[in-house]
Amino acid sequence: MKQTASLPRTILAPVLLGVLAVALWQLAVVVLEIKPFVLPSPVSIATEFSSSVSSVWTASLVTGANALIGLLIGAIVGIIAAIIATVLPITDELSAPLVAAASVIPIVALAPVFYTMFGADKETARQLVAALAVFIPVYLNTLRGLRQARPVHRDLMRAYGASAWQATRAVTLPGAVPFLFIGLRIASSLAVISALIGEYFGGPIGGLGKSITSAAASSNYSLAYAYVLGAILLGLVFYVVTLGVEKLVSPHRASASAP
Amino acid sequence: MSTAPSEQGQPVASTGTAAVSVAGVSKVFASRKGADVTALEAVDLTIAPGEFVSLIGPSGCGKSTLLRLIADLDSPTSGSIEVFGKTARQARIDQAYGIAFQQAGLLPWRTVRSNIELPLELHRVGKPARAARSSELLALVGLSDFADKYPDQLSGGMQQRVAIARSLAESPGLLLMDEPFGALDEMTRERMQTELVRICAETGAAVVFVTHSIPEAVFLSNRVVVMSPRPGRIRDVIAVDLGRAEGRGEGLREADSFFEAVVAVRESLHGEPAGAPAARGVDQR
Repeated sequence: MKQTASLPRTILAPVLLGVLAVALWQLAVVVLEIKPFVLPSPVSIATEFSSSVSSVWTASLVTGANALIGLLIGAIVGIIAAIIATVLPITDELSAPLVAAASVIPIVALAPVFYTMFGADKETARQLVAALAVFIPVYLNTLRGLRQARPVHRDLMRAYGASAWQATRAVTLPGAVPFLFIGLRIASSLAVISALIGEYFGGPIGGLGKSITSAAASSNYSLAYAYVLGAILLGLVFYVVTLGVEKLVSPHRASASAP
Repeated sequence: MSTAPSEQGQPVASTGTAAVSVAGVSKVFASRKGADVTALEAVDLTIAPGEFVSLIGPSGCGKSTLLRLIADLDSPTSGSIEVFGKTARQARIDQAYGIAFQQAGLLPWRTVRSNIELPLELHRVGKPARAARSSELLALVGLSDFADKYPDQLSGGMQQRVAIARSLAESPGLLLMDEPFGALDEMTRERMQTELVRICAETGAAVVFVTHSIPEAVFLSNRVVVMSPRPGRIRDVIAVDLGRAEGRGEGLREADSFFEAVVAVRESLHGEPAGAPAARGVDQR
């Protein structure tokens, strides 16, 4: 159940904590005279961010596009694979060890290999890394959701003499939607992280990851942090949009909490 | 609405086909350890159109199994079951019965109205006809104001009323109910029972009603079928004559005839001779 705490309390409290933390940070940097290459002050980061907002925006678009393409491909393939695994259990048995292995390896570690496979001047490798990272949580959660059909619903469908397809459409697929969104919420952040980290291993410049490394390499630490801020905002946008789509699609069930 | 019930409220003596006819039915569940479990043994039961019959007995007496066999959700190991003269399987395919379970089993992503329309939708009834029928049923169960709400916005009793409306969607001549009020509190339960009596009188459907509760069985039924466990058998069939639905108000629950019937069912259930001291207290569950 949702907490019934008043709106000012649920919003104000975390905002207040955030402001306090930033103020302390600024104070610490000024009072302790921390060097900018160790930790730039929030004010200098903010100044840098606002003065280079257009380049942060362009970099975010590059990384964001890769993350989005990866998210869409990974999600679509994940959903289709989960449906196939439900209809044909043999495919699930065959692929289970593979999926388990894939969920353990850090997918971004594959980025250098993909760069040699698809060419270091293309974004393909990054999109593929994001898609792979997205596939796992979407596939696993959708599969779990598709197997959640309650016995009472199965009995009902049989009592109505519903065909297998009718039962799938009326009960199984809608029942899996909340689980699909658990997977998508995890995947939305993973897509951004993977697309960004993928840039560290090579490929064309222009994205957030490359910009962070090159700014840091040229000792422009405030600018590096400005790009990090851009990355945080990009991740938030992906997460919030996914959450919004979920609320839009299923307004009348308590959204299952992410693990 | 479907066929009218018999005027006297008594089982109609073989006028036309029976609503349900169970003959020599046994059900054995094979368990993995090799020890088979006999859930039902040699059960015979005939239910007339429009008749309200309760199945009562302790847990494991096979009353739910019998209901599931009539609904063709399971098939009997031996014996035959006919519903309105058809095999149970054909009757299921032809939608000869409506069914409600202990859990309302509503689809949470559908509105109340669209939950009630689900069986009609599955059987390709047109949209205007569906809307007309669901409005009728919403009025019948007193939920017209909640048509566009979602199940999670309703109380347990209201959800169960939606489930009952859904079971009536195709005007079945037979209603199968497996402890539909089992999860409700006593107050709601009694109100639902009164409503069910009224709804049955209005629709004229025969009802097979599985319950744990003696007063519930007595209040609702024309006949109470008492079952005994291991193996599930019919121990006794007790005719309850409490008059037609119109007369079954709340006052009936305190009438002498009601208590007499409760005592009769209770004694049969506990296998005690009439007049035994233990029969004094009435089990109100």
